[in-house]
Amino acid sequence: MDKGVLATALGSPAPFGQSQFAFMRGNAFEAKVKADGGAELLRLLYERLGGSSPAPGPDVATPDLSAAGPEGRAARTALALREATAAGGWALLDHPMLALEVAGSPAYLEPDAVVVHPDGRWTVVEIKSFPMIDSSADASKVGAAARQAAVYVLALERVAAVTERAEVGQRVLLVCPKDFSNLPTASVVDVRKQRAVTRRQLTRLTRIEDIAAGLPEGTTFDPACPSEELDAAVAAVPPAYAPECLAACELAFHCRAKSRAEGAVEALGRSVRGELGGLTTVAGVLAAAAGKEGDPADPTVAALRRAAALRAEALESAAVLRADAGEAASVAGAGTPEGAAACR
Amino acid sequence: MSTVFDPGAEAARATGAILDDTLHGSSRGIVVDSPPGAGKSTLVVRAALELAAAGHPLMVIAQTNAQVDDLVVRLAEKDPELPVGRLHSSDSDPYDKVLDGLANVTKSAKAADLAGLDVVISTAAKWAHVKNVEPWGHAIVDEAYQMRSDALLAVAGLFERALFVGDPGQLDPFSIVGADQWAGLSYDPSASAVSTLLAHNPELPQHRLPVSWRLPASAAPLVSDAFYPYTPFRSGTDHGDRKLSFGVASDGSGPDRVLDEAAESGWGLLELPARHTPRTDPEAVRAVALVVRRLLDRGGVATSERADEPVPVTADRVAVGTAHRDQAAAVRAALAELGVTGVAVDTANRLQGREFDVTVVLHPLSGRPDATAFHLETGRLCVLASRHRHACVVVCREGVADLLDEHPSTEPVQLGVTVKFPDGWEANHAVLAHLAEHRVRWKP
Amino acid sequence: MSLITTLARLEAVDSGRAQPLATVRHRHLTDRPLVLVPLTTAGEAGAPLGALVGTDREAPRLLAVAQPRDRDLRFAFLAELAEAVLPHIESYADVVEPAERNETDPATGKKTKVEVELCTDAGQLIVPSRAGVEFVRLLGRSMRFRRTAEDDPDTPYPAPARVPLLGRWLTHYGERARVPGSSLLLTATDLLNRHWATGQSSLEDQHLGALLSWIDPPAGSSGAEAALRAELARDGEGQLLCPPAGPATDPDFDNRLLAPAIERYDRARTALASAEDGLAADARLGELSGAEREIRSLLARVMLPTWDAVWRGLDLLRELPEGSRAEDRWTRDRWSFTAHRDRVRSGEPPQPRRDDAVTAAQKLASRETAQAQLEAQEALDDPLVLAGRRLAGEAFLGTVTDVEMTYTESKRPSPRPLVTVRTDERPHLGERTKVYRSLEGKPQTAEFVRAEEEPDQDGDVLLVLRILDRMGRGKEPAPGSVPEPGDRIAWTLFEHDQRGGPKLPDPEETPWTHGGPPGADAATRAEQPDPVTPEDLL
Repeated sequence: MDKGVLATALGSPAPFGQSQFAFMRGNAFEAKVKADGGAELLRLLYERLGGSSPAPGPDVATPDLSAAGPEGRAARTALALREATAAGGWALLDHPMLALEVAGSPAYLEPDAVVVHPDGRWTVVEIKSFPMIDSSADASKVGAAARQAAVYVLALERVAAVTERAEVGQRVLLVCPKDFSNLPTASVVDVRKQRAVTRRQLTRLTRIEDIAAGLPEGTTFDPACPSEELDAAVAAVPPAYAPECLAACELAFHCRAKSRAEGAVEALGRSVRGELGGLTTVAGVLAAAAGKEGDPADPTVAALRRAAALRAEALESAAVLRADAGEAASVAGAGTPEGAAACR
Repeated sequence: MSTVFDPGAEAARATGAILDDTLHGSSRGIVVDSPPGAGKSTLVVRAALELAAAGHPLMVIAQTNAQVDDLVVRLAEKDPELPVGRLHSSDSDPYDKVLDGLANVTKSAKAADLAGLDVVISTAAKWAHVKNVEPWGHAIVDEAYQMRSDALLAVAGLFERALFVGDPGQLDPFSIVGADQWAGLSYDPSASAVSTLLAHNPELPQHRLPVSWRLPASAAPLVSDAFYPYTPFRSGTDHGDRKLSFGVASDGSGPDRVLDEAAESGWGLLELPARHTPRTDPEAVRAVALVVRRLLDRGGVATSERADEPVPVTADRVAVGTAHRDQAAAVRAALAELGVTGVAVDTANRLQGREFDVTVVLHPLSGRPDATAFHLETGRLCVLASRHRHACVVVCREGVADLLDEHPSTEPVQLGVTVKFPDGWEANHAVLAHLAEHRVRWKP
Repeated sequence: MSLITTLARLEAVDSGRAQPLATVRHRHLTDRPLVLVPLTTAGEAGAPLGALVGTDREAPRLLAVAQPRDRDLRFAFLAELAEAVLPHIESYADVVEPAERNETDPATGKKTKVEVELCTDAGQLIVPSRAGVEFVRLLGRSMRFRRTAEDDPDTPYPAPARVPLLGRWLTHYGERARVPGSSLLLTATDLLNRHWATGQSSLEDQHLGALLSWIDPPAGSSGAEAALRAELARDGEGQLLCPPAGPATDPDFDNRLLAPAIERYDRARTALASAEDGLAADARLGELSGAEREIRSLLARVMLPTWDAVWRGLDLLRELPEGSRAEDRWTRDRWSFTAHRDRVRSGEPPQPRRDDAVTAAQKLASRETAQAQLEAQEALDDPLVLAGRRLAGEAFLGTVTDVEMTYTESKRPSPRPLVTVRTDERPHLGERTKVYRSLEGKPQTAEFVRAEEEPDQDGDVLLVLRILDRMGRGKEPAPGSVPEPGDRIAWTLFEHDQRGGPKLPDPEETPWTHGGPPGADAATRAEQPDPVTPEDLL
């Protein structure tokens, strides 16, 4: 299902898409990191997570993981992991395929790379094209990468459970461009928290299986964008629009229009609801604030009336002050020469 | 092969090692993690007394004036002869008047007036203004996890070596302005003093008090699993060592049933029908007050290792915990209406470090339409769920688990910041899942 | 969000236009701010694409990079940016007034007053949005460690002469912008959001075009309709009518217009390089400048709407009278500006990559002070802000009903008048809670003594306060220093001024808990230029 297409069909196309500059840069960077059989990647990994293992040499195994279909590739990956672990050397799995059950159906996931250590440890590697400048990076992007990696860790754990000697590292390697260059640098990210959260979310998902069951026959998870689809599956509770959706979902403008038409206060942000108690509509809140509706004994109503009175009093006193000062009490836009919207 | 866990011996062994390092060790710092009710204050008092007795004058740094005054009183109880200095601010009412009745305590706003005393105690904020004095050989930093790194920076020049004691599970220190630009730096000024200390001195000995003497056997595993997954602890008492019972039988109402459940199992969840409410949800507030009223009316008595005879659970042995100050105010008003006095009602921040027989908690997420980072903060829930010796009753609207599901954890991650604690979202779920087994549904 | 702000937002939804959140302007605006609208290349950390910059709204200076992955072109852009920004900053550096500063004598520890220069005004920089501030920081970081040929004749790929200096100034502006209430570097969106509540969420308020649509919708259109158009409307070529305010571009712009134009430029360059005679070269040079002109005009087209929007935002803000205490905060900005000028002039090295422990702690402390001060000053300057604090129980308005003189019981009694105040508000007062009022611009302290038992039928209560200070030295209070019956006074539970924090150790005396002194070579290490690679692929 292409939500972008659907959104356009619904009349609310969202301003999404990826710039080809960013796309090319991302691909070029990943290729650079994995060049020469992943020599640079393994160097970074060994430097940060090598432990007591011997340094990876030229004999790093890079098994061929190609197979037909996601199921076949997942099986091939599991086999390669077993063989590499048994071999007791370093192995780099480039774009392996992992399977994870989400709300009763298998989802296929494709990490950028998984490295098998000689001691049987498996480390997830995420390659991102946002920069690490002076050893720090955009925290929301790192957070998203950590949540994504945690899903891979969980999926790997299922394979590790049936593989002798295998253990999945809870610390993953995040590889990014260094400062303003295209040279790779890396940082270790501890994903124990994200893993615990994701595991809980997956167990909670069985509860919403009935919603998943209500999806059209043949709904599958597209392996090309595993994390987004997984997020979508996680969020497959009845649609509740919040402004955060705008950055994440192609259908958000459509949902926003619906939410606004219903007068839902959430359209102004989730935090708005926090103080409004049982009042859920704009009209309802304003009527309560104006004293037209609502039980004055309800603390929400009482606070709203008080807020409205204080606000009115303050605006009035400011107007009086300004009138005294001989100024026109001009509020926004009243006297702007242009008086028109931006960007016509 | 299994060994029997002897809490007393375990705790004594830990304390012995800590005191040995403090008195005879060569490292400049010692860190002690103390879970709720593990005897942190006892340790601090004992370490101070032993250092003083060994001829090492010391300074003690606590975080609030109440903590400082409490320590001064405890020291005087243990050793009424010990010369103690209470360094205080020059504001009005700078210290608790109780100190005026202690003959061994000298009080002054100037450090110079207290020179030569065995122990000098003050807050970190006051110590930060002390300049141009000869550094102390020893210091004890109390509640070190609630102290900010920049506060330690301001006082660390005053001592040669220090014992840092605190509870890593309570509320983290915070800043009213953004400090993200320093995240990941070992000396991030907004991080806790202990994070900075250990980042720069990873070789320092780290100890852990392994036994909670406060939390009953019914509570320690849950609190340990949910909030201290990487540093577990045990209860000092076993199932059956403590007992809460009532002189008056249940009248079958929700509050009475939840009290019975809590007396029986240590936990009770009084679940009100799902509804989005304002913070000061009148029904929930009243339910909290009713539970307290019934607890007192039914003549609760607590049996424990502390006394041979059952001890009545009086108002001063009961606390109500909330997330917000206005909620605390509303509960106080509701209690006053029911004629209850003497029960501590406060926010998590203010209940930190305190202990009661029974606590009644208004769940931070009850009735909320959203789950913000504030409400999900692990430390807040940890404080509320770990103040009791016998039982904890949580009052909550139905639907919090669904609310959590709608607000999946999407915390940003700063590179280089050590993960110390479980995720608030996950911890909330863990606690809820446990409470669900002790649920009493009630429609007021 | 406070309930009063929520209410304003809901009123905005209802009325279809933004509602005031302030009755005065809480940030200082200079007569001649420099507006900067930057664009950057998607996916790249250090590849600016273009900028509009200037102090004259009618004549922005257009800077463009035809091929952002070309180091020489990027350097040319940065050099041009330096020529657009530095003269503006420098024009303020030499206009000074004498001022006094407290300094501590390192030998005696005594505080003395030192006569210093203070710039009478400072260069103000306005960018469209928060991402713009981040970009200013990024530019600053990418430039300040560069070496010019003059710094080091052997440096590979030397930067143009004034680029490192621009990097230092932009770094300073970016860092100053983190101080609450500062106005050296402001964003149009933050400025507007501080003063108006729209009928959309604070996330959507980050879109400058949508935000302005709510504050000042075109005739016959509601804010919501106009904002939706600003967010989504596209022209026949599929281009947004209101492009993002930068530095990020719209992917559709990149893919449909910019990428083909850059490709044409690259082809023209290759063709020119392979031209075999002068005539062919002339023709191909013509093609190249044509391709370059096209890119410039494309970039101008997506930046001009934002440029106009920033200036319109400034117009709207100038209609509000400036809050009386905003000037005080601007003076601090001038100190900050002057101090940086002095550091540059004395030849100090560029700001390090990361703060040392002491500097970080100092910055955090001063920002916390600034935050508390900002909150207090805004409430004192603006009845609408004060209303929010009153709703929160942190301030109250009351009428004095009675004054009773009492005195301290010392040898030289001082006045401690008891003032009874009638109010229908419910401030969070505890025993001996301090409250403050503004008396001739300075705070006067009182403490809460008691409240009358029950509210009367109007919900009014009587609060008794004891005045503690600012009544002069005599036994009888100075005239006008004690409230009189009938006075209507705003009391706050928060302090009006902030005490500074304790003095921290010098960086050379960083204690062992924080890693010890940074060491002699730390400073040199911190200023090393970033390594450059011969290949110029970013």
